Amino acid sequence: MKILVCMKQTFDTEAKIAFDGDGKIDNKGVTMIMNPYDEYAVEEALRIKESGEGEVTVICAGGPKAQDALRQALAMGADKAVLLETGEVDMDEYATAIVLAKAIGELEYDVILGGFRAIDDGSAQVMSRVAEVLNVPVVNVITKLEIAGDKAVATREIEGGSEVVEVALPAVFTAQKGLNEPRYPSMKGIMKAKKKPMDKKSVSDLGVEVAPKVKAISFSLPEPRQAGKVVPGEPAEAARELARLLREEAKVI
Amino acid sequence: MEFKLNEEQEMIRKTVRDFAEKEIAPKAGPMDEAEEYDYSLWGQMAEMGLTGIPFSEDYEGAGMDNLSYAIGVEELSRVCASSGVLISAHTSLCSWPIYNFGTEEQKQQFLVPLASGEKIGAMGLTEPAAGSDAGATKTTAVPDGEEYVLNGSKIFITNGYVADIYVIIAATDKSKKHKGLSAFIVEKGTPGFTFGKKEHKMGIRASATYELVFENCRIPKANLLGDEGMGFKVIMMTLDGGRIGIASQALGIAQGAYEEALKYSKIREQFGKPINSNQGIQWMLADMATRIEAARLLVYQAAYLKDSKQPYSKEAAMAKLYASECAMWVTTKAVQIFGGYGYTREYPVERMMRDAKITEIYEGTSEVMRMVVAANILK
Repeated sequence: MKILVCMKQTFDTEAKIAFDGDGKIDNKGVTMIMNPYDEYAVEEALRIKESGEGEVTVICAGGPKAQDALRQALAMGADKAVLLETGEVDMDEYATAIVLAKAIGELEYDVILGGFRAIDDGSAQVMSRVAEVLNVPVVNVITKLEIAGDKAVATREIEGGSEVVEVALPAVFTAQKGLNEPRYPSMKGIMKAKKKPMDKKSVSDLGVEVAPKVKAISFSLPEPRQAGKVVPGEPAEAARELARLLREEAKVI
Repeated sequence: MEFKLNEEQEMIRKTVRDFAEKEIAPKAGPMDEAEEYDYSLWGQMAEMGLTGIPFSEDYEGAGMDNLSYAIGVEELSRVCASSGVLISAHTSLCSWPIYNFGTEEQKQQFLVPLASGEKIGAMGLTEPAAGSDAGATKTTAVPDGEEYVLNGSKIFITNGYVADIYVIIAATDKSKKHKGLSAFIVEKGTPGFTFGKKEHKMGIRASATYELVFENCRIPKANLLGDEGMGFKVIMMTLDGGRIGIASQALGIAQGAYEEALKYSKIREQFGKPINSNQGIQWMLADMATRIEAARLLVYQAAYLKDSKQPYSKEAAMAKLYASECAMWVTTKAVQIFGGYGYTREYPVERMMRDAKITEIYEGTSEVMRMVVAANILK
């Protein structure tokens, strides 16, 4: 069983977002982590491998720092890593998917996993686009996955419930929270990770044209939260005043 | 000279920090309150390989260096000093002497289960009348046929009762004082080996501290660690390494308290502005950060010396002395920055202040550390 996991390196969930002089998001001094939804994907890949046999390859399109995320996956137990160096180009979802699909096309695969979205831009597009380019089925937002021979049964989250889907392999699956509880890398895993292969390819090595179709024009931060308001006075009177404020000022009732 | 951790060292920090924040931190306060450690955490640490960081893979260790081990203990202690000392006493005081002085059979029998985390380790040195003065040890080991017979008691034993394997120091020839000491490996459950009272402590309250009692406790001769009369050497070398562990623990406690104080100083407002806009608070934070960084450099240097097979006794003593006094100072200031809230159990800094104190006492008091440093610079 050849299992591929696509991953992205994102800002730490606690990182403070600030802009640089050009109004772009400043990543200086920000702690980078593996996109948490991709961690579920890595964990699931390792569980599939451990329940039978197989090989897990992790793939990431990004800058040199993205190696840290790949190495974390190797320390968790993945066998190989591929870094697709995108250079200075601003990638959109289309371009990322083209690059990933091209690299994946050169590999063998039965199962392709990835997080259903990244916690930074949250567009939830890349994996579906990859599936489309590779012309394989995609099952999104899964919370359970069982592999049986050349088929897979996946449980996916739908509005107000869940749906069980059977699909022929190879196929793409995107991980939702709840799929599993990702393991911590072990100390032995960390030591082994440095000896595992890390294949680096530039976009020109892949021979693909990176031509983003979407361009971000500007970024803005949400309005800072207003301070809370304390309504003083006797309970009955304060409650009356609170109701009035909720109706007339906040306009929520 | 390069002040940079390598990739594995960075990764162990990130991994242990992540684990400690998610799994241990929520339990640190309640475990302190209950004076009980949640040993399901031990299982998790064993699975991650934190129970045998600096030992070779041949013995189920992680095959990492001592600097990685120091970072591991630091990160555990940053959120929970009891977890830090659990790993430190297990690794430095029990597994390490077996790793360093043990025969191949002893390593297979005892080190393998210790490093894999199947078993917990402890060391018994201190007695009511023998602490800093190991030569005054009263516990005896008398050869009898194929066995040694142990009699005596040990107090203040970290990981006591919960540990499965103990390295015990006993006199095989009392007339020779410290030159008549020997080290033994004793397993829990050996007839004649029982536990006395559990200590109720000021800090590291989740860490088990017990009295060990030996009454005609017979152990196989094969459990002698090193040769007869080598006990003092075992103690001295073990404690040199142990001090790196405790220095790392102290460093972690200080770092944790500093981060709590820094965070609080930004959100706590008095006179209409955050308290960290006051120079008095700023200077405390600046001094905390500076002392912690100095302690870190000393601790990492001692670990580096050990890794590169250079003498490190003096540097380990300096690191332990400075880091533990830094921890006491920083945690006291952290409580000060928190004010009244810091004195309550609503916030973790009072626990950290209580935890810090022991680092100035165990595995060699600050006074003994100064003796070690002085002996080294005056020789």
